[in-house]
Amino acid sequence: MVGLVIVSHSEKIAEGVRDLAKQIAGEAVRIEAAGGVADHKIGTDALRIEHAIRLADTGDGAVVLLDLGSAVLSTETALEFLDDARRGRVLIADAPLVEGTMTAAICASTGASLKEVVSAAKEACNANKL
Amino acid sequence: MMKGSLKSAMEEIASAIKANKDYLTDLDREIGDADHGINMARGFDAVMAKLNSAEPADLSSGLRQVALTLISTVGGASGPLYGTAFLRAGKTVRQGDMLNPKLALSMFRAAVDGVEERGKAEEGDKTMVDALEPAYRAFEDTLKSGGDFPECLEAARDAAKKGVEYTKTIPAKKGRASYLGERSIGHQDPGATSVWIILNALLQYAQKIHKEQ
Repeated sequence: MVGLVIVSHSEKIAEGVRDLAKQIAGEAVRIEAAGGVADHKIGTDALRIEHAIRLADTGDGAVVLLDLGSAVLSTETALEFLDDARRGRVLIADAPLVEGTMTAAICASTGASLKEVVSAAKEACNANKL
Repeated sequence: MMKGSLKSAMEEIASAIKANKDYLTDLDREIGDADHGINMARGFDAVMAKLNSAEPADLSSGLRQVALTLISTVGGASGPLYGTAFLRAGKTVRQGDMLNPKLALSMFRAAVDGVEERGKAEEGDKTMVDALEPAYRAFEDTLKSGGDFPECLEAARDAAKKGVEYTKTIPAKKGRASYLGERSIGHQDPGATSVWIILNALLQYAQKIHKEQ
């Protein structure tokens, strides 16, 4: 099953989005939070993200969902520390964090492929609220 | 082959960053989020703590340690950017290699490529790259015309300074300052400025070890 990694500058946002997604998609999907930096400060930490990716990817790959700015920089730095095989099955979703994580988690829970999960996340860009 | 050690080079950088902590933070206050000096000082403090607790086995593993420490302590965009620079520089060094000007040139190139790739930035974007690229070219030209290590670094430092001045004349295209658009003109880029400070510190280091030889 494809796993998810939630990257946010805020530890609480990452954990909150993870908890919400688990509530919606069930416990079967591996969802790892990688938010904040040491001492619960705001920021993103590539090594924390790398660790979360290793936990989320159990062989079928992982999709990373992220918030703003340097979250992308830090995630791409994290990828540099992975071996080629694992790096090849990690994709960053170009999607809104909350909505993207929910659609990705539901999709992943059905046993969908890496590509299907990342495109499910991306579809959340088009979700209207009203 | 040159005497000296990664630790003494990093010491020179760490104390220069610390001395310029408020200066870098003030520059960042004008067009960013007022933390560049604070973040960089925290990162290089952590680097020194790491290197003081255990001297790395060789240059290659030492640079990797520096990179990992910066990545996990600097925060913001500078952590991954400087971390990638040191990581890529370390990857060009084979186990047991000692620093020499030719190796320094290839480390420099790898570091600049890493920053450009990671930040998706090029010259003219008002970033670190505006100091790094001209500095690299000056280093390379000086080396080709027979300059020694301190001379190469002096040329690099001076070119970086010109690059810093250039960033005052252009609008930011990357990072938080890019939201300011044309209003960022007139302000110098904090990242380019820290590149210049680091190159100046490396020059001080190179001049010291050169004298000792």
